[in-house]
Formats: sequence, C-alpha cells, structure tokens
Amino acid sequence: MTPICPRAAAVLAGGLAGLALAACGGAQPAASAATPAAARSSPAAVATATAGPQAAPVATASVDIASFAFSPAVITVRTGVPVTWTNRDQDAHTVAITGAAVSTPMQGGDTYTHTFSQPGTYWYICTIHPYMHGMVVVTAG
Amino acid sequence: MAPDIDRRGFLKCMAWAGTGVVWTVAGGVLSGCQLGAPAPAGPRTRDLYFVQLSDSHIGFKGPANQDVTSTFQLAIDQVNALPSRPAFVMHTGDLTHLSTAVQFDAVAQMMGTIKSGGVFQVPGEHDAVTGDDKAYLDAFGKGAFGRAAAGTGYYSFDLNGVHFLALVNAVATKGMGHLGPDQLDWIQKDLAGLSRETPIVVFAHVPLFAMYPTWGWSTDDAVQALSMMKRFPAVTCLNGHVHQVMSKVEGNVTFHTARATAFPQPMPGAAPAPGPLTVPSQLLHQSLGIREARYVAASERVAVIDDTLKP
Repeated sequence: MTPICPRAAAVLAGGLAGLALAACGGAQPAASAATPAAARSSPAAVATATAGPQAAPVATASVDIASFAFSPAVITVRTGVPVTWTNRDQDAHTVAITGAAVSTPMQGGDTYTHTFSQPGTYWYICTIHPYMHGMVVVTAG
Repeated sequence: MAPDIDRRGFLKCMAWAGTGVVWTVAGGVLSGCQLGAPAPAGPRTRDLYFVQLSDSHIGFKGPANQDVTSTFQLAIDQVNALPSRPAFVMHTGDLTHLSTAVQFDAVAQMMGTIKSGGVFQVPGEHDAVTGDDKAYLDAFGKGAFGRAAAGTGYYSFDLNGVHFLALVNAVATKGMGHLGPDQLDWIQKDLAGLSRETPIVVFAHVPLFAMYPTWGWSTDDAVQALSMMKRFPAVTCLNGHVHQVMSKVEGNVTFHTARATAFPQPMPGAAPAPGPLTVPSQLLHQSLGIREARYVAASERVAVIDDTLKP
C-alpha cells in the first residue's frame, strides 16, 4: 500500500491532519461534523494554527504537480515573489489556495502563477483530487 | 428465492404438457422452462435491456488519447449498431474533462444522437472541477422519465418493475466518493415505498465498494446507503471512474465497474498514482468500451456484457 502522496503524508504525520481537513472544508460544503466549524469558516485561523511542527519548507517559487502530488509539498517564499505550479501529469489539476485564490483547471503541461501579498501560511488542494495537499509559507519580503 | 409456480404459469405448462418444455417470451428473448423446474418470476418484473457508457472526458488532451471525441463517437456508433434498441443509455460520469460550457455542449450534442428510449447521466468529479456541479446541473440536471433530479442531481425511476437510482458521489468530496447526509436522507425516502421484492439498480460515478481507497476508489458513506437496501433481493451497482472492468459481490449487492471511452487507468496499485494510462496505440481501442446490461426477470439479476471498442 504505497501512499499516493508520500510528501503530503509526511506533512500530515507531523500532526497537521486536522488542519488538512480544515483546509479541505473551505472548498467543500459537505465537510464532516468532525471538522471544527471555526477553522472551516476562517482561513486566518488555519494560517495561524499551522505554526506547529511540520516538514521543513523548501525555499523555492516553483512547484511541480506530478503523479498526483505537489512537489515540494511545502515551500516558503517572500511576499511579492510569483509562485508557479506546473502540471506534469496527463490528468488535469487545480490549485485552490485557502483564503487566497483558485486556479482554473490545468491540462498537462499548463502552469498557474500566484503572487502572495500578505505573509502567512497558506494551505492548498486540487479541487478535482482533494487528497492532494500543499502549503506555502509566505514571509515578509 | 425461486417463486412458486402461479396459476398462469401452471396453465401455460399444462398447455404444453405433451412436449415437456415451455417457451416463454419476455422482452423479446425466448427462454425455455422444463416441466417441474421453477417458473419465470411472473408478471412482477419484465426483462429489460439497457446500456452504460462512462468517462468520455471530452476536452482531455494528452498522450493517453489524442482524440477522445473520436473514441466517444465510436462508442456511440457501437450503441446505435446494437441489434436491440436499449430501453435507455446511462453515462456514469466524467462526461467532460474540465467542466467547461463548450465541453458540456459538445458532449450533450453527441449524446443526443444515441438511439434509445432515453439518454441519462450522473456527474463525475471532472464535471465539477471547481468543487460544485452547477455547470453540470445547468446542462444535464433534468432527471429521467419525467422524474426530476434533486440536490446535486440525483434521481430515480422505475422501468419494467425494476427501481433505478442515479446517485451523485463525485461532487464536493474529500478525495473518496461521498454521498452526503442530504442524499442519504433522499435515498431513504425514495426506497420507503418499494415492495421487498423490487430489484434495485444503482448508478454512480465512483465505486460504491472499497475497490482501492488509497487512490480514492471507494465511497466513504456507501455502507449507509447500501444498508438501506438490505431488504431487497438483488442490488446491482454500476459505476465508472476507474476506467476498467472489475466485479464484486457482497451479500445481496453486485458491483460492476466499467471501461471508459477516453483512456484506460492502471490496475489498483500498479502505478504510483491513478490517472491516464498511455498504452500502445494499437491497444487503445481494446482498453475502452461500452457495457450492455440485461435485467433478466427469471433470475431477478442483471447480466452485463462488456464490449471493447471496435475500431
């Protein structure tokens, strides 16, 4: 049983499983009762709470989407630096950033760029395959 | 399970007592009944022939299939060339690849050329790429045979004594299939008035059994829906999503997953991730297909034949 997304699994194993659900909840009205309502309704609460233990962020502004996973799954950038996601799968994916932006679906080879203007920690998922998770830690530029 | 011979059946058998074999015609199919063997199920249900299509992914571009419109057209041509006209054709989702208005329009026009008693569908996650299925509902949320769709587009209908449910388990999920409490309530109410003998057929995009949860090939609240169907003799669940044929029996429920018309996917666990599988071009058509399904009243079961695409 190979986990589909080893990096995301490592992040989740770092004690952030509940927050991952909360990040999902933003895009999913049918969130389970176990998801804290406050976390769902407030992206800021998610961003603040993610300051706990986590995989070390990789300092890069480029994320690959490959084999149904974001890689690196956790990155750090400064405000004002464009972050680019490149879909290297054949299947389509999206980048839906809690409290920030949602891409249009990307076909294989397509890219999506978003520039963060506010420092914080941003979770994102693919809305087509919501088990795909990533995180961007934005520091003051 | 075999029903006792009724008066009508007895009279029929008596009429042919000299031959030892009784032939009956149900839904155009001739079937034999030896004297002393159980009679056909009687007038409660009648044979029914229908077709399932799945996962046309109109709008997909990639090496796994450079022309998904052509392979969907081949599938439609194959349905239209079947020797019997299906009572209806059900598309079990991922009609489009990216849920755009252009793609919904294209697939609707193509499905409009299918010759059958009605063409219906349920959405896949690719018909709801932004997390809701509003665009799908605008194009396709009309129900079937005069029965309106509810909620995210689920509905039911009855034909020849068989009760059909068309469910939505690929919208607003967490990665696995998900029906949600509103739909579960609706299913409970929908089934409430049915007699215990009613055969049930359930359509949904994502498998309603745990085919491979690691890849999301399962429905996290399917058990709640299927537990409401325990009183029925036979439940048949037909789904798409996984782009390959697999069958499973659990108690009174039989599951059949279907091939796509767009591209195959790896077998469970045979690749690092699910997704389009590129096969040599000469093998593409035999990786795709349509499904013929026949409800057989005499057995109260649904028999399926999975045909690969004929190039």
